[in-house]
Amino acid sequence: MKRDLITSALGVIVLTLLLGIVYPLFITGVSQVAFPGNANGQKIYVDGKLVGSKIIGQNFADLVYKNGKVVMVDGEPETTPDPHYFQTRPSGTVPADNDAATEFENYGPNSTITKAALVANIQAYIALDKAPDGTPYYPGGLTAGKVPVDAADTSASGVDPEISIANADIQAYRIAAIRHLPLATVHQLISKYTLGRGLGFSGEPGVDVLEINLALNRLSPSTR
Amino acid sequence: MTFLGWLTLFLFAGLLTVLALPFGSYMAAVYTGQRTILDPVFGVPERLLYKVMRVDPTHGQDWKQYAKSLIIFSLFGWLVLYFILRTQILWDFTGLNPMHFHSAPWNVTFNTASSFMTNTNWQYYGGETTLSYFSQMAGLTVQNWLSAGVGIVVAVALVRGIVSRSGSSIGNFWQDMVRTILYVLAPLAIVYAFLLVFQGTIANFSSYLTVHGITGIQQTIAMGPVASQEAIKLLGTNGGGFFNTNSAHPFENPTGFTNFLEMLSVLIIPGGLVFMYGKMAGRPRQGYAIYTTMMIMFLGACIVAYIAEAHGSPAQHAAGLHTGAIHGSSGGNMEGKEQRFGIAGSAIFDVVTTVTSCGAVNSALESFTGIGGAVPFANLSASEVIFGGVGTGLYSILMYVLLAVFLGGLMVGRTPEYLGKKIEGREIKLVSLAILITPLTALLCTAIATASRSARALSISANAKGGPQGFSETFYAYLSQANNNGSAFAGYTGFIQPNAGNVGSKGITLADLLGGFDMLFARYAPILFALAVAGALAGKRISPAGLGTMRTDNPTFVVLLIGVIILVGALTFFPALLLGPIVQGLTPHLYN
Repeated sequence: MKRDLITSALGVIVLTLLLGIVYPLFITGVSQVAFPGNANGQKIYVDGKLVGSKIIGQNFADLVYKNGKVVMVDGEPETTPDPHYFQTRPSGTVPADNDAATEFENYGPNSTITKAALVANIQAYIALDKAPDGTPYYPGGLTAGKVPVDAADTSASGVDPEISIANADIQAYRIAAIRHLPLATVHQLISKYTLGRGLGFSGEPGVDVLEINLALNRLSPSTR
Repeated sequence: MTFLGWLTLFLFAGLLTVLALPFGSYMAAVYTGQRTILDPVFGVPERLLYKVMRVDPTHGQDWKQYAKSLIIFSLFGWLVLYFILRTQILWDFTGLNPMHFHSAPWNVTFNTASSFMTNTNWQYYGGETTLSYFSQMAGLTVQNWLSAGVGIVVAVALVRGIVSRSGSSIGNFWQDMVRTILYVLAPLAIVYAFLLVFQGTIANFSSYLTVHGITGIQQTIAMGPVASQEAIKLLGTNGGGFFNTNSAHPFENPTGFTNFLEMLSVLIIPGGLVFMYGKMAGRPRQGYAIYTTMMIMFLGACIVAYIAEAHGSPAQHAAGLHTGAIHGSSGGNMEGKEQRFGIAGSAIFDVVTTVTSCGAVNSALESFTGIGGAVPFANLSASEVIFGGVGTGLYSILMYVLLAVFLGGLMVGRTPEYLGKKIEGREIKLVSLAILITPLTALLCTAIATASRSARALSISANAKGGPQGFSETFYAYLSQANNNGSAFAGYTGFIQPNAGNVGSKGITLADLLGGFDMLFARYAPILFALAVAGALAGKRISPAGLGTMRTDNPTFVVLLIGVIILVGALTFFPALLLGPIVQGLTPHLYN
């Protein structure tokens, strides 16, 4: 018994040093040297300013002002999607969240609340596709049945950096019209910034939204 | 459903088998004291560790001594972890708490310490909003290693008991722990961590980033030494995420490639251990039979989950969405799933982590369809025998094997024998206890939680579920904790995460304590019974196989074994399952 106590105490202390300090320092240290870009989160700078991480989704939205003041809802600034940019997937985390928390939305499969949230997301997606005069950018207009599932369903991490190609293809009409770009150019950007499947088969391809939006800005600076 | 989705599943199963076979042989060499290719690397550190810990590795222990060492060692691990978590702010001097997080309340910490020590990694806290880098490293990462080690050594000890020809020794706990850490976990973890960083998992000690996005919206991005913890989290079937959204977070699981890799890394050790068993028993076919049993049940679960998720959910259909595959989108129930993983990558991942005791998630289980969500339930109801946790899987299925041998013996009217050893009253009593203790604990805790206002309130008051979903959440929480899995229908933990800098997580006393008890009891009671079985078998004479001996390495036995597993799981859990996921799966009805 006494022997076990001594060995346990020594063992836990030594192994804590070895596995809790030495091991993470070793992995992190070598990674910092070997893959500094990845290890630090694939940061993207524009004109020396940090604008985000390549693999963390962000909210391409504008703050809503009323009487010169930012409108606040539940302590968070209210935002409206900026039609000049490809929009990321709906999420509970992204909208102007100022803390680092990521969370699941946890919408159940058989819930009326889920249905209501989906309907709201679908309507927002369709509304964004409409020009100020009410005509849709997407040929023939969008209906719920044409909205890709990833554009209505919330992501898991809340910071999904990608959208499906179908989703990007629909938004391309809006982007091309607002930015006065040929549709073909936008499509070229979509294929350029599509991240393929892992090893060619694992997972689904997706368009990196931050990267394509930055490319758009380089091509035709946002009109704002 | 897509061709590539199915291809992913079958490539995965094939590759896993190809890798697990040689790894099993390697582990057999490690645990029988033979020379391995890693001796030149780890020989010196191994002897050094024995010296520092004052261990005589040649001293064989009987099952009681082995169990005593294991319990005392675990207890110390628990105390150190609890201490580190409760004194979080005092470790600021290390510079590893850049956001200056305070400790969680005692009840949350009790739950977390119990959770990581038992390999459960149930999380009543959000990693990036409550824990310092120091706590994640020196606290949680360490238990990711040690709890995995404890699971593995119990399996090894049981195997020794089954195959030993004389004496009562089932090995030396300290030697087994040290060799597990150095020879089994460390080489895999190191290589794997670098592969993760190569793909985009982060590894740094920076403060959180404050970003002004291109439209001017501010965003805070959490950082941390993720890769080192991510690697052992999956290899050790731990599953506790560095971040709140676990393996769904792009910094933990950045690409489709890492998703595939993460799935492989969860099953490589549990799969390899089965082959190790066959090798150590000198009868590889015994290992193949058990592996086949596991693989059949695993593939069945994957197929059901994939089809169900690809079909979409009632809420989606009611909202007018088209859930079939179209050009540029694979469709399906993308609620709570990441684009880069898609339906197949999410469905298979969540089967992988719920058949094992891993419990990592790359998508929101709560948002799975009724049937898709019933799959994790079914996996947990099988009590970790489909690959299972590292070690736990092997010792749990061996309990079922002994039970199947016993039932088979009753059917043909002969004294049941397993590998030449007679299975008698004492063994079967211990096996029955080992098998029943986990379901009983899960159901008891679910009943208490459902009956009590404070533990039930969470699932009922949280938004966005309805009707049976509330019960599913509660039931899943205690089933998951009892099986030391740790995945969640996360609505059950759906309390508001405190903002950065606030005083820790919100306390939910009863759920914390009940869950902590659930995890501890359902972990250590089966371990003790498994070791007792090892002790009971260790001294037994091996009699030569006769004409009437039931074979345990042929398809008939595989079918019998699957039957026994399903029967026990169904008998214990079917009534409860009916009230939750099955109702949801059978109806297109929406609930408030």
